[in-house]
Amino acid sequence: MADQAEFAAEAMQYAPQLFSAAMRMTRNRADAEDLVQETYLKGYRSFHTFTEGTNLRAWLFRILTNTYINKYRAKQRRPDETELGDIEDLYLYKRISGVDIASRSAEDTLFDLFTDDEVKNALEALPESFRMPVLLADVEDFSYKEIAEMLDIPIGTVMSRLHRGRKAMHKALLDFATERGLLVREPEPDHQMTDG
Amino acid sequence: MADCNETLRELETFLDDELADDTRAAIQSHLGGCLDCLQAFDFHAELRTVISAKCQNDEMPPGLLSKIEKCFGEDFDGDGKIG
Repeated sequence: MADQAEFAAEAMQYAPQLFSAAMRMTRNRADAEDLVQETYLKGYRSFHTFTEGTNLRAWLFRILTNTYINKYRAKQRRPDETELGDIEDLYLYKRISGVDIASRSAEDTLFDLFTDDEVKNALEALPESFRMPVLLADVEDFSYKEIAEMLDIPIGTVMSRLHRGRKAMHKALLDFATERGLLVREPEPDHQMTDG
Repeated sequence: MADCNETLRELETFLDDELADDTRAAIQSHLGGCLDCLQAFDFHAELRTVISAKCQNDEMPPGLLSKIEKCFGEDFDGDGKIG
């Protein structure tokens, strides 16, 4: 059986990851700090239920996610799924590969195109039911099965929310880059004049 | 052998490493011969790396670690709060 001294020794290394994830969930430093602290206390208290040899990081993220959902979600409820419009597949890619990136230099990469705050804001702007799967998959690299278990939703729902959530996040990133004048907005195809 | 539409439809599942082996092999085979699809896949793989890196660099509040460690053993009544 896993004992609590072992928890103290093994679990603390994940604190920075848990804190960043908590920031994306709560969007607030004070709440994120409380959430991480509560996660560690719950983990410490229930470490006897942890199966040794399984993934401690996933176990901690599961506690983090449950604690967030139970404690903070009601407080910050936002309009849900209907808020995301219908965005075409490969939205960002089609626009970025089709336009000139203003002042693009040889060493520019996607990494330099978006600031840290823009990427965080694009994720945090997603309605929660999309934000959580995208955070757990794209930032924390959990599998569909792990995410389905953490959020208590079917794997098919994880996949569809990832698909729609990612597109919305990519659109937000494109909007940020466009606002900063890094991209010249392409005319929408249906607004183009035809010769008739 | 998958065509471009089939390949792009599987882009996310491929990058999530969640495809069955035979589908994955079909996609890889298509990517080996199709520069357009390969560029789309590379773009999304890079974008994901960027998103992950930029969303994980928050600085922890000073003292959070020691606050947590101090709490171990002080949660007397097991309610998740100190004392």
